[in-house]
Amino acid sequence: MMTPVTDLDDIDRRLLRALARDATQSAGALGRRLGLSQPATWRRIRRLKDAGVIAGQRLRLDAEALGFGVTVFLGVKLARKGQASLADFERAVTAIPEVQSVEHVLGLYDFRLRVVARDLPDFERVLRRRIMTLPGAGEVEANVLLSEERRPGPIG
Amino acid sequence: MLDDTDRRILRQFQADPDLANADLAGRCGVMPATCWRRLEKLRSDGIIQGQEAVIDWQALGYSVEVSLRFTLDKTLPRAFDEFLEAARGVPEVLEIQTFLGRVDVRLSVIARDLAHYQQLYRDRILTLPHIADIEALMHIARIKSNEGLPL
Repeated sequence: MMTPVTDLDDIDRRLLRALARDATQSAGALGRRLGLSQPATWRRIRRLKDAGVIAGQRLRLDAEALGFGVTVFLGVKLARKGQASLADFERAVTAIPEVQSVEHVLGLYDFRLRVVARDLPDFERVLRRRIMTLPGAGEVEANVLLSEERRPGPIG
Repeated sequence: MLDDTDRRILRQFQADPDLANADLAGRCGVMPATCWRRLEKLRSDGIIQGQEAVIDWQALGYSVEVSLRFTLDKTLPRAFDEFLEAARGVPEVLEIQTFLGRVDVRLSVIARDLAHYQQLYRDRILTLPHIADIEALMHIARIKSNEGLPL
């Protein structure tokens, strides 16, 4: 693991917040807003990327307009524990296209999945044919997403 | 309506939003001008809502991530609104989701270490209004995280 970056100044934080809102802004435009030259802004962004603070970009798509009306968070408990079953489960669950994210967690469940589907019948199909049949899958809890907001986090 | 070309562009662009237009067009097998025009249309139609930098909080020294699942006291009509409003005031809350199911609300919370988490939990989380029950899932590893749509 890389050494955490702990010496962000106020300008770095404002840059991060601006890029987390809109990553398409140019170094020139950002610099003008923050009172920095284009090269100075570019160097700061470069440093944040090199240090892994900016880990990449994410596209925000209108899921509903693209036909994905349902998002469900699943808590999955493994029925069998052990190194082999963990690896088998992880490999199989990662390959399911409707599964957007997989997290290994500690607590009531072993894994937390985020699943998209066209509608509830489509979700039921994914759940029955793909999730329930995963190697080692035990108890599953489903919560249907109603609303979601991302917060800027502790920067600034 | 989206056609196959739009979907192909979206699929490739979603997989790698850092791509320059010319490279994206190459991967999709279309002319750069076509690719650019399609992307502009997808943006103006609101299909592409934005492009955001992903912040790695671990790289900023936040090594603890916890998924907190709440059930609220729903006998109070304003329980949800008041809870959400208060949760927005906690800087370490990264995501707020509401659900239909056994869980009402989920907060994704980060902390620098376990001591910091404990302090946050006591001072900022347990003090949120109208909590009936809380469950915590401690994040260990992210196995898949592209959050892409299966286009």
